[in-house]
Amino acid sequence: MNFDEVREHFPIFKKLDKEGIIYLDNASTTQKPYEVINAVVDFYENHCSNVHRGVYRLGEEATEMFNHSRENIGNFIGAKDREIVFVRNTTEALNLLAYSLGSKLQEGDEIILSNSEHHSNIVPWQMLSERKKVKLRFLNSRHDEPISPEEVSNLISRKTKIVSLTECSNILGNINDMKPISKIAHDAGAIMIVDGAQSVPHMPVNAKDMNCDFLAFSGHKMMGPSGIGCLYGKEEALEELPPFMGGGEMIRTVTKAGFTCEDIPIKFEAGTPNIEGAIGFSAAVDFLRDLGMENVRNHEKDLIAYTLKMEENSGIKDLISYGTRNIENRAGIYAFNIGEIPKFDKENISSENLSVKVHAIHPHDLSSLADRTYGVELRSGHHCAMPMTEDLGVSATTRASYYVYNTREDVEKLFEALSASIKRFGF
Amino acid sequence: MTDDEYINSEILDEHFRTPRNFGKISDRDVEIIETNPTCGDTIVLHMKFDGEILVDIKYVTRGCSISTAAASILSENLMGKTMDEIRRMSKDEVLANIGLKLGPARERCALISYDAVQKGIKSHLKSR
Repeated sequence: MNFDEVREHFPIFKKLDKEGIIYLDNASTTQKPYEVINAVVDFYENHCSNVHRGVYRLGEEATEMFNHSRENIGNFIGAKDREIVFVRNTTEALNLLAYSLGSKLQEGDEIILSNSEHHSNIVPWQMLSERKKVKLRFLNSRHDEPISPEEVSNLISRKTKIVSLTECSNILGNINDMKPISKIAHDAGAIMIVDGAQSVPHMPVNAKDMNCDFLAFSGHKMMGPSGIGCLYGKEEALEELPPFMGGGEMIRTVTKAGFTCEDIPIKFEAGTPNIEGAIGFSAAVDFLRDLGMENVRNHEKDLIAYTLKMEENSGIKDLISYGTRNIENRAGIYAFNIGEIPKFDKENISSENLSVKVHAIHPHDLSSLADRTYGVELRSGHHCAMPMTEDLGVSATTRASYYVYNTREDVEKLFEALSASIKRFGF
Repeated sequence: MTDDEYINSEILDEHFRTPRNFGKISDRDVEIIETNPTCGDTIVLHMKFDGEILVDIKYVTRGCSISTAAASILSENLMGKTMDEIRRMSKDEVLANIGLKLGPARERCALISYDAVQKGIKSHLKSR
């Protein structure tokens, strides 16, 4: 498949193209191709049954399709099927780890995170820190450079038990090189967790090569259905990990006195799984494999390079953007502001109407205007990354994020929409 | 919200650029800090009562045009009302006073000041 034909695989673009809508919120969720939609419909129409238990034909078909999906998704990141745990999404994967790995931690143990993490890689650890009195240590990186291995080295110690970092920031688009960071974590005897929500869908990712212990990612951010995601864990790491939720599927035996667990990965999958979700997710992986992940990465590199060039040539006054400008370490994510509205300081409330005084457009106003004037759909707010938003010193940002079906014309429309919005706002 | 209502609303624009009752009350009865979880925007709301009656209301916000204008319009509408009247005021009434039909995300922007007012009254009643 080549990139000129990609859009034809997505039924929604028939509607969006007709209405003149350009969807640029792919870091949040992505559109679904016929291949994924049809895989889900095919399961409902022809194979619907529960998995793992029924010895009748439909049950066997469903189990085979479900198992194949696990194997296929595992292959996609260089892992064995035993190393793939199905969860709802990246958030659930990280909560699973905070709960199960966390149960082994002691008071005073340390966990390293960064200021560019999504809330899903902060809050579960904060909840753990309240339960177990473990200490969270934050790498406070600059917005315009990826996290460097040296920053991790400076913070790590024998007290560090877990290093949990994103491979790609969902607000800055900075791509962090996880291989050297994994080595630093392992040399200190810590477990390395990678949030792959923004990397696995957009670039070649090999869990073995990166040598992390755990890797979390979501199906819906890579053209798969919502409500299905993966937690990769090294076989031995998963085997050592206590179960998360209890219930059906995850047990070997249950008596009034207690229970024994199923083998990995089922040990972590209590209850009937999202079977059609896994099958749809597997179809999405096939679609991406067909495009080629190197090609996907190059396509997005071209779009972000074009965006930064358009930005430089746009002449838009007070346009400020965030993230590294080195394309080699930059994903297709572009967060920006038209003038910066300073963050709210609750301790030192100024009575001035600063939003108007600083001559800035609030991201909510900007994205409403871009939608109304040019049909360009952008995300505005903190993007579930409030610590980084705060470190940028602003109350919010506006974000465009690209995927395989976006084009250079979409980028041009983005800048037309920004210019038109600024004019309508009266600046 | 229809396509052009939002960008062409002169009332909203005027309230945003010159919001009424913007600021702080030094001898306030209540201070409430409310944050909009979708964008992190914050409003600090002050109220002063004489018995049952709201005699002064002020706020400081760093929000978008809708949240600032909504706070301005709400403050004008509430001044002089009793606590009971304010408590009975529905979200729909507040949205109707703004005069725009908003989507669910922008509705939260418009209602952050209303949420702060309702919390403020609850907290004032508790402390009396």
